[in-house]
Amino acid sequence: MQFSESWLRSFCNPPLTTEQLCHALTMAGLEVEDARPAAPPFSGIVVGEIKSITKHPNADKLNVCEVDVGESELKQIVCGAPNVRVGMRIPAAQIGAKLPPAFGAHEDGKAFEIGKAKMRGVESFGMLCSARELGISADASGLMDLGDAKVGANVREALHLDDTIIEIKLTPNKADCLSVFGVAREVAAITGAPLVTPEKVHIPAAQNRVLPAIISAKNLCGRFSGRTILGVNAKAATPDWMKRRLESAGQRSISALVDISNYVMLELGRPSHVFDLDKVHGGLDVRWAKAGETLKLLNGNTVSLDENVGVICDDTGVESLAGIMGGDSTSVNLETTQNVYVEAAFWWPEAIQGRARRFNFSTDAGHRFERGVDFATTVEHLEVLTKYITEICGGAPGAVDDTIANLPVRKPVTLRVARAQKVIGLPITSEEMQAIFKRLSFAFTTTAESITVIPPSYRFDIEIEEDLIEEVARIYGFERIPALPPKAAAVMRTRPEAERSQHFLRARLAASDYHEVITYSFVEEAWERDFAGNTNPIKLLNPIASQMGVMRSTLIGGLISTLKYNLSHKAARVRLFEVGKVFSRDASVKDGERAVQGVSQPIHIAGVAYGNAEVEQWGIAKRAVDFYDVKADIDALIAPLKATYEAAADHPAFHPGRCAKVMIGGALAGYVGEIHPKWMREYDLPDANKAPIVFEISMQYCQKIPLSAPQVPSKMPVVRRDIALVVDQNLHADAVLATLNAAKSEVVREVSVFDVYAGAGLPLGKKSLAFQVLMQDTSVTLTDEIADKSVATLVDAAKAHHEATLRT
Amino acid sequence: MSDTDQLVAQARTAFSEANDLPALEDAKAKFLGKAGAFAELMKSMAALSVDDKKTHGAAINLAKQSVELLLTERRAALAEMAMNARLQAEALDVTLPGRGRGVGSLHPVMKTWQRVEEIFASIGFDVADGPEIEADWYNFTALNNPPNHPARSMQDTFYVDMHGTDGLPLLLRTHTSPMQVRYAKTNTPPIKVIAPGRTYRVDSDATHSPMFHQVEGLWIAEDISFADLKGVYTDFLRRFFESENLDVRFRPSFFPFTEPSAEIDMRFNDGPLKGKWLEISGSGQVHPSVVKNFGLDPEKYIGFAFGSGLERLTMLRYGVSDLRLFFEGDLRFLKQFA
Repeated sequence: MQFSESWLRSFCNPPLTTEQLCHALTMAGLEVEDARPAAPPFSGIVVGEIKSITKHPNADKLNVCEVDVGESELKQIVCGAPNVRVGMRIPAAQIGAKLPPAFGAHEDGKAFEIGKAKMRGVESFGMLCSARELGISADASGLMDLGDAKVGANVREALHLDDTIIEIKLTPNKADCLSVFGVAREVAAITGAPLVTPEKVHIPAAQNRVLPAIISAKNLCGRFSGRTILGVNAKAATPDWMKRRLESAGQRSISALVDISNYVMLELGRPSHVFDLDKVHGGLDVRWAKAGETLKLLNGNTVSLDENVGVICDDTGVESLAGIMGGDSTSVNLETTQNVYVEAAFWWPEAIQGRARRFNFSTDAGHRFERGVDFATTVEHLEVLTKYITEICGGAPGAVDDTIANLPVRKPVTLRVARAQKVIGLPITSEEMQAIFKRLSFAFTTTAESITVIPPSYRFDIEIEEDLIEEVARIYGFERIPALPPKAAAVMRTRPEAERSQHFLRARLAASDYHEVITYSFVEEAWERDFAGNTNPIKLLNPIASQMGVMRSTLIGGLISTLKYNLSHKAARVRLFEVGKVFSRDASVKDGERAVQGVSQPIHIAGVAYGNAEVEQWGIAKRAVDFYDVKADIDALIAPLKATYEAAADHPAFHPGRCAKVMIGGALAGYVGEIHPKWMREYDLPDANKAPIVFEISMQYCQKIPLSAPQVPSKMPVVRRDIALVVDQNLHADAVLATLNAAKSEVVREVSVFDVYAGAGLPLGKKSLAFQVLMQDTSVTLTDEIADKSVATLVDAAKAHHEATLRT
Repeated sequence: MSDTDQLVAQARTAFSEANDLPALEDAKAKFLGKAGAFAELMKSMAALSVDDKKTHGAAINLAKQSVELLLTERRAALAEMAMNARLQAEALDVTLPGRGRGVGSLHPVMKTWQRVEEIFASIGFDVADGPEIEADWYNFTALNNPPNHPARSMQDTFYVDMHGTDGLPLLLRTHTSPMQVRYAKTNTPPIKVIAPGRTYRVDSDATHSPMFHQVEGLWIAEDISFADLKGVYTDFLRRFFESENLDVRFRPSFFPFTEPSAEIDMRFNDGPLKGKWLEISGSGQVHPSVVKNFGLDPEKYIGFAFGSGLERLTMLRYGVSDLRLFFEGDLRFLKQFA
């Protein structure tokens, strides 16, 4: 909603500066988004009248004008504008005048000062200006025509340029403020300044032509008021004052009839429609459309209709989209329109809501009707429309035809004073509340404990007690309500010790040299297919771009993409992680406290490591990060939980020989692996020998940990023995460990791998696995004999199960 | 000078000239060894009278003790010199970089997320998390925003190719407010919860991201008023920005799920953003229809809700002016939050 300050002040003129007025509006919920001067600063420009024109002796395109600027002598001014004519009144910049900075080459912010000049040998005592040169509009086609403005007057005053254009952002509940008068009514309530209500006019009938109208759909249209006006001049010019106000509201002047309709909408909030009466066949019927009907709209679009859309039709078909936009076939035009039918109706908001959006456009009328337009003033506003039309376009009006079918009933709403005080948190008295309602022009009755309001016909947002509480708080002033620290029972609250927060785990990964990123939840469809084997991802119906078309079921795509972004910015070593939800179709998910049926949306934690294992430095040999580095990172992340890793050759993202399932507590928690070589190529990742290592784990498996249950350390000495077993090259260490653990005697506390060797000294196809065996008897000192025996048992088991031999 | 005095002086010179332990041992032998000077002196005593033996013997013993002391001192001095030489040899260039891994970083928006949780936890708020693909009812209708309502166009919604059990298309939540209903339905008053998380709107330009983060706050009890909302949120901003030198204002606004509704603006009184009102949050007293959808009696329970943008808070906190930096994942930006 945009308008000029002077227009607003013509209805309510509180003793406030522009800035104070804007602040008052903002603090009452009518947020002023912008308040800018109607024109940039300039001075020394007056209304001049061209008295004579002679051709410039030395230049074809220039004229020498004698201009009356309201002084005793005429001024000689050289001018090159094509539209110059004798008798025209134009802005004349005199010697010393300052033009707006934006003019001409002076876009450096400095004003342009007019001096005496010689133009091709002829003296010029000023400059005649276009609208663009004054910074008023973009029109540079010729001199600005000032119509019948008073000669000699300051142009700023003549054009009312010392005004402010105020732009307010209205919330959907403030339908009553979708007009200058509506805003003025609000200003009166906020400031207490008097409201000038528009003079009530009555234009009597001068002819008896009637266009019969019936309302067939009472849940669509509550009231339909209209009248004919015969013999109008559709070509009449819109008066300058009306144009100026329309322009201040951001509305271009189109034609007198359209301008008048727009003007009344902007000033009073009443959308109306003007039909070309000669193009309407028979009478009007207001009804719901029928499936299959179509309508060519004013804007040239043709829309297909159905029973959910309201229309106005004549005997031949649909003529207008109810409350939203008129049709093409009955629209007025400059050339042929002579007789019109002017309509002002009340449309039920529910019957208009969402309709325009369905057809992918919006109109000022639809915007207002779907929020609610005063149902009591259709006739009053029709009279105003008639007044302007007959004044500007002439014509003879018929009688007002007012059909009332079904008007809203304003139910009384009761405010309990105590309840309002409790909700607001301040003991505002009943008297103060009544004073507020008075300022809002609400009719009300009171009891000792309550106030009962009958909401005005222009308010569609007063239905329950809270609506009145809001009005009290708003007009009382949010700024005057104190900011109190609440009083509440002090109850302690803490997270269970055995459940770690995501933040704890995030901090651990950051401590392991990973940098946290946030990537989009919607991704490229190819990422889902390539990195998750997901051929049926959840699709967005209205994605912002095709590469953001599906919901991710894996975090890998975002990490690889971010890795690539950093590589393209010359990063050599990249370690990233993300925590976020992933999404997939899952019929086993039912609606629940934190669940939506059919959609699995767990939180994952995933990371990528690329480049050197360590920051390149003097003290460590350079080495690319590998599977085992990242495996250690996972172990550190989930500790004290322990994962087991099972070879996995079937994950689409990973190298089939370099990928493992991460099993936590026996459940598949996620995967870790090296990105498959084919994706290195496909995704244009440099250096196939340095594949990124990626892991992705479901958060739920990492958060719950057992409460620590420590044992008292035994005082008996620990004995360490090492054994090296030669086994087949492709035998997994875990298999041998499992055998050893199964065979170990009671004194063996821990068996772990500490070295792997293959090469010189070993047969081809064999490798040596070195195990450290820690033994301890918690009651007595372990003898060498028992230790030897225990180790021998382990070796025997390995020999039996894996044909292992002891390396010597 | 007597013989003994002379001997002590000689020993002092000899010991101090010994620059390492073997040299000192050689010097020691000269004086204290079996054929050393003192042994010679003792031998020469044989010829003396008993009285002379007594006086001489005492003098020799005294001198010997002096020489032994000199020896001990010199040994200690040499040991210290040796240690110093070793330490000097072993000295490191302590300015060389430390060995091993670097440190990572936490995303600034996630830092804000965590700090907001901590601040509200300090007055007893729970933290809740919920679905991002959400049902129409929770995102809109339960929040007093029925289909076709003009307020729906305040938020442009992403829809997915699935339908909820009510037959309506599922959507990406446009705000964290659905968590109000989900949490309140399954907890009993007093309800104090914040719900941070990702939210989505069809909007993408320099100042809008189609995905962003919000934190929802909800406090429902028998007597939680608008004045309490003002108190809690003002306190929150002062703790979050660690400054008393900022102003907070509440101005009337509209959200379908609160009434009265307020937009919250803040203004720094110092720093680069000094003097400008900045929109920071939407808020209000929870609408009675929404309280009903919590499964509670709005006559008995009232309270407030707010929803704030985490990116906005983060930008103001750290002076980040470009929203896109949060989603590009540029390490040169992220590393500054280590």
